[in-house]
Amino acid sequence: MIPAAFDYVRAGSADEAIATLAEHGDEAKLLAGGHSLIPLMRFRLARPAVVVDVGRLDDLSYIRDGGDHVAIGALTRHRDVETSDLVAARAGLLGEVTSHVGDPQVRHRGTLGGAVAHGDPASDIPSALIALGATLVATGPQGSREISVDDFFSGFLETALADDEMLTEVRIPAADGARWGFEKFNRRAQDWAIVGVSAVVRAGGEVGVGLVNMGSTPVRAAAVESAVAGGASGAEAAELAAEGCEPTEDLNASVEYRQHLARVLTRRALEAAGL
Amino acid sequence: MEISVTINGTTHSHDVEPRTLLVHYIRDVVGLTGTNIGCDTSSCGACTIHVNGESVKSCTMFAVQADGEDLLTIEGLADGDTLHPMQESFRQCHALQCGYCTPGMVMAAVSFLDENPDPSEREVRLGLEGNLCRCTGYHNIVKAVLHCAAGGEQ
Repeated sequence: MIPAAFDYVRAGSADEAIATLAEHGDEAKLLAGGHSLIPLMRFRLARPAVVVDVGRLDDLSYIRDGGDHVAIGALTRHRDVETSDLVAARAGLLGEVTSHVGDPQVRHRGTLGGAVAHGDPASDIPSALIALGATLVATGPQGSREISVDDFFSGFLETALADDEMLTEVRIPAADGARWGFEKFNRRAQDWAIVGVSAVVRAGGEVGVGLVNMGSTPVRAAAVESAVAGGASGAEAAELAAEGCEPTEDLNASVEYRQHLARVLTRRALEAAGL
Repeated sequence: MEISVTINGTTHSHDVEPRTLLVHYIRDVVGLTGTNIGCDTSSCGACTIHVNGESVKSCTMFAVQADGEDLLTIEGLADGDTLHPMQESFRQCHALQCGYCTPGMVMAAVSFLDENPDPSEREVRLGLEGNLCRCTGYHNIVKAVLHCAAGGEQ
């Protein structure tokens, strides 16, 4: 399967990439690791006229201790997140979830920012960002702005990023001493989750729960979080996991089955997190 | 676009269309056909090669992304007539049936052991998660990787 022809621009800097996006609007797509975009292009589900390769912007590949947060450059590869001691110590859930993305070959090329900006509701990583309460930094011609993860995903494969904006950094509020669980249900190795759940219980007791593939965007299990905050046990709170979700039906699962999975997997994830 | 790629120690320069996938460049332009195309959907791993020493699915990269990079394909693994220890382990453990997945499986396994030289059986299975064997010959493939990790002893 051969993608449709496109013009290729290799960006030498983030500014150059953003200027190219500004020039071409929604005709242009950023190419980072390519493990979301290239499969779509091969099926011709995506046909960008211009592909802007940001894969060589090494200055956006970093994991830094920001004191109250961990700052991760958008072009940091999954492999580097998965094996980072800093991520393990201060944002362990993200390291664990990243180790379940695709397979080793995918994780050698795919990037954190690329996976997030793709906005796929079946992607594992957004669930961890929701549970951990991440902030996303978008950079455009006018400079940078911060977007809460709760405002970032706006629809199926759609995000709050403007056509001329690039996701440049992901900030995770430090979660030292937190416990977490990640549950992913699929039928075959390396498949997308039919349903997945990230849960974190911070050292202070605050709970975050994010769901994979339970709607057209990654979603927060807000009812579960408030139930725990109100004193419910993990098992009681998990019964509310599908509340407010609008999962779709496909070959893998009916709506009812996804709702059931969300409840069961949330209970297990909360148990693993110590609730 | 003009690209220059080092494959198995030899530098190749060609003018390629940006949409040329790396696996097609390696097979059709450079003429190294040991790297197979299986599923064409990033799933099966038959096209696995190394880019700068790490396993990558060459069907999910454009050739232009490999410009200036150092690639290794199955043809570059053996030292002349002496098989790479992973190839030798595959031979000794009968880790192939039809052989179609083998080049990608071997390349994935070499990269995996570079990262995890002393794996458990479960770790081997997870480490080869990105490679499918439609003969379902996984058992001996896993044995071969463990055999290689143990230094190739019987």
